[in-house]
Amino acid sequence: MIETVLDIQTIRKDFPILNREVNGKPLVYLDNAATSQTPQQVIDVIVDYYQNYNANIHRGVHALSQEATDKYEQARQKIQKHFNAGKGYEIIFTSGTTHGINLVANGFSSLLKKGDEILVSAMEHHSNIVPWQMLCERTGAVLKVIPMNEEGELLMDEYSKLLSERTKLVFCNHISNALGTINPIEEIIEKAHAVNAAVLIDGAQAAPHVKADMQALDVDFYTVSAHKMCGPTGVGALYGKEEWLNKLPPYQGGGEMIAEVTFEKTTYADLPHKFEAGTPNICGGIAFGAALDYMNAIGFDAIAAYEHELLEYATEQLLSIEGLRIYGTAKHKTSVISFNIGGIHPYDIGTILDKLGIAVRTGHHCAQPIMDFYKIPGTVRASFSFYNTKEEADALVSGVERARNMLL
Amino acid sequence: MTIKEIQDEIVDEFSMFEDWMQRYEYMIELGKSLPLIDEKYKTEDNIIKGCQSKVWVHAELENDKLVFTADSDAIITKGIIAILIRAFSNQRPQEIINADTAFIDEIGLKEHLSPTRANGLVSMIKQLKLYAVAYQTQLN
Ligand SMILES: Cc1ncc(COP(=O)(O)O)c(C=O)c1O
Repeated sequence: MIETVLDIQTIRKDFPILNREVNGKPLVYLDNAATSQTPQQVIDVIVDYYQNYNANIHRGVHALSQEATDKYEQARQKIQKHFNAGKGYEIIFTSGTTHGINLVANGFSSLLKKGDEILVSAMEHHSNIVPWQMLCERTGAVLKVIPMNEEGELLMDEYSKLLSERTKLVFCNHISNALGTINPIEEIIEKAHAVNAAVLIDGAQAAPHVKADMQALDVDFYTVSAHKMCGPTGVGALYGKEEWLNKLPPYQGGGEMIAEVTFEKTTYADLPHKFEAGTPNICGGIAFGAALDYMNAIGFDAIAAYEHELLEYATEQLLSIEGLRIYGTAKHKTSVISFNIGGIHPYDIGTILDKLGIAVRTGHHCAQPIMDFYKIPGTVRASFSFYNTKEEADALVSGVERARNMLL
Repeated sequence: MTIKEIQDEIVDEFSMFEDWMQRYEYMIELGKSLPLIDEKYKTEDNIIKGCQSKVWVHAELENDKLVFTADSDAIITKGIIAILIRAFSNQRPQEIINADTAFIDEIGLKEHLSPTRANGLVSMIKQLKLYAVAYQTQLN
């Protein structure tokens, strides 16, 4: 038994998909770091939107448009409250983490000059690397890397050495998707601010596990995706400090983001609309709010405590398999286990697990620099959510053993 | 034997298995018998795109017939390419171009046929046929 205050069996009933079979076996879904599953409460909100008040927002005179606008803006307030942002207009709706990062990276084009430096951690998702490389190409700024150790922990002394008055921006994930490492972002932010550098934290993997407090962190930008936290795909949020959002130019031009348009000159709308050109994912935004309600009703402390128990249990069981090596053994980590067995290709293990109804991810997890660091082509990654069970961890372990026996 | 005859033979072999486990175990066995590519051809150019694992294929013309050798760093992928090569190797390019690949479905590997599947079976078939087209042009 794993100790928890949560009633996992009741929680599981909220997720219809967990009842399905894959290849004739009950689904064991352990790919939560890629995308989480959606509870009926959120599905109901999506259906309700399309059945009852689907309309374009912010510009209608009619009742449906007003209802949809209210619900959408309520969702923004829920996000603001959840992340404890100071102001509602510091929450920008996006299509996800990637969009949020690109919005900021694009905005910094006009704020950086040749020779400026921007720092990235060694364990980033490609979406928190490539937009910055493109920014460097546009501006002549230089990208520098904060290294990590074998355990998958950032070398904070090296970080301190990299910081200087040339440093303009630091970006790092709160939690690594490939390793599960929880990075010391408080310290990262504080040290960056000491040299007047702005900080963007990629919260895609953190948001499902920990409640980040924007004001306490004093972070400049924080970006998340709804689909990693029981919400729908293609929607997310970017938190930006008001002063920074005012400094950045708009990202996309279009409807909704303007104050006045003439062919001679256009003035931009106030925050947050300046960054929300075009008709947004209205239903998605509203459902994102519902997903936050759902997770908060369960409680993030209880979620984190239970997932930690699952992590410890699964780690111990997996390590009993001969030749199995876990990548990412940081002291502070979430319920992500990346591993390989001897020389077996992760793809082979993933294929056998799939036949057993067990969904994991294999490959480089959009973090090739990490794989290069360990000199491996990829890993098998099992990532647990609060609706997973000890029995599913056992199924994973016996599936991996079976795969090992077939493949070795 | 013609490509069709070889394919029928493979389908026959696979029909003896009762479940996916046995089929996969056999595929892994076949992977071990794959005619291996010469190390010097294991170049970036010879890597088939669209596979999560690396797959290298080389083709050479021997007496009007195309002979394939290959390798992969994943054993199941090796098994899949071994099955394909067994059907296609040592055949005239025109036969390879015309060959049907429905037998993959019949041996219970249909799931690997999806073009979005990361193992790239579809890309492998395409690559083998591209080699055949290239050598056919050379022969003409
Ligand atoms: C750490 C991290 N950053 C960014 C992303 C990209 O998120 P999205 O595809 O929702 O934009 C992911 C998703 O896998 C992630 O894990």
